[in-house]
Amino acid sequence: MAAISLQTATMAEEVKLFGTWASPFSRRIEVALKLKGVQFEYIEENLSNKSPALLEYNPVHKKIPVLVHNGKPVAESLVILEYIDETWKHNPILPTDPYEKAIARFWAKYIDDKLWPAATKVLVSKGEEQKGVTEEIQEQLKTLESELKGKKFFGGESLGFVDIAANIIVFLLVAQEALGLMEILTEEQFPVLHEWYQRLVDDAVFKECVPPRERHLGFFKVRFGSSTASK
Amino acid sequence: MADEIILLDFWPSMFGMRVRLALAEKGLKYEYKEEDLRNKSPLLLEMNPVHKKIPVLIHNGKPICESLIIVQYIDEVWHDKSPLLPSDPYQRAQARFWADYVDKKLYELGRKIWSTKGEEQETAKKEFIECLKLLEGELGDKPYFGGEKIGFVDVALVTFSCWFHAYESFGNFSIEAECPKLIAWTKRCMEKESVSSSLEDPHKVHGFVMGMKKKLGIE
Repeated sequence: MAAISLQTATMAEEVKLFGTWASPFSRRIEVALKLKGVQFEYIEENLSNKSPALLEYNPVHKKIPVLVHNGKPVAESLVILEYIDETWKHNPILPTDPYEKAIARFWAKYIDDKLWPAATKVLVSKGEEQKGVTEEIQEQLKTLESELKGKKFFGGESLGFVDIAANIIVFLLVAQEALGLMEILTEEQFPVLHEWYQRLVDDAVFKECVPPRERHLGFFKVRFGSSTASK
Repeated sequence: MADEIILLDFWPSMFGMRVRLALAEKGLKYEYKEEDLRNKSPLLLEMNPVHKKIPVLIHNGKPICESLIIVQYIDEVWHDKSPLLPSDPYQRAQARFWADYVDKKLYELGRKIWSTKGEEQETAKKEFIECLKLLEGELGDKPYFGGEKIGFVDVALVTFSCWFHAYESFGNFSIEAECPKLIAWTKRCMEKESVSSSLEDPHKVHGFVMGMKKKLGIE
């Protein structure tokens, strides 16, 4: 799929993204900007030593990602995605129909409210607790799988809002491999989701925005590696 | 062809009230169905199988869940009357950010205020006031968060105001003393028929929380 490169007509359009290389939330914004062909400056933040710029642009949460468009900041990844979609209207990531849009927002919120906390929990828990959280995640994946309903992507023919939000799954699978955890997303258990996953990681734009694999595996080993794996 | 709108709700829910308020702002007629959360209706379980929670809006048979998602849906479908979100993408992003902030913070802190004691309660009260002060700052000198008229953030936040009396009573503190501008804003909102008809009586809410505390064995 060729990414359409489009220079906007406005003079001196300045787009900056404050992020971190290993954050799925940060990577979501990269995917959206690249899908729209928006030129941007990327600033890598050190979260243990946040830049004055980040603290100025996101004083409320002091977190990444923050998008700064012509000097004006937008924070919270799903809010940023909607802003990007409304500002650069080609290659839309949200549907135009209000009902379809509500459904997309519902599933993105589900991923952030349910899957993300469970995914972080599974990496730090041990033994029986870890087993319990793993089962919880699998229930959530089953729920998400039923929403795919024979579509190529959650967004239909091309990847959209929910697919971008679901990048958490990609990160979770790298983490589980790094830590030698029980495989969560197997082809046998999740045939439909597994196919979707393959399509997602093969997508020309998406795969440009995934953290470099070896470095990413190393990141999880260092960060979470002391917890014992349960098989 | 008339629209069929049903709202599955639970009277004290500040989330359900958001939807009632949005519907009132748009002047929409709907059927209100009160749910017993200890005995959820087959309709609720069918319309929100994922979370099994209220509020759920059912528009011509199709369900929409999650209060802020419902409010945006209402705003987009009935876009000609009383728009709740601004038309400028940057201002929309700011409105969504602050509504999300209310969602992330206030419910949990409020719950801790009425259901805990000692240090946990004190911490929750302190954080709660800090959040309200931040929101006060965002309001600034505007009559409403939405500017001259009520908007998305007003809808997201004002429904908590009928819970303030319960928080103050069980937390033993005064929100007005700490955040007078915010209380002034709640009073301004309550002057509107759409708001006063959508929010519950603070004393009724207080009674409800008292009942909850008894049931949970919290004195």
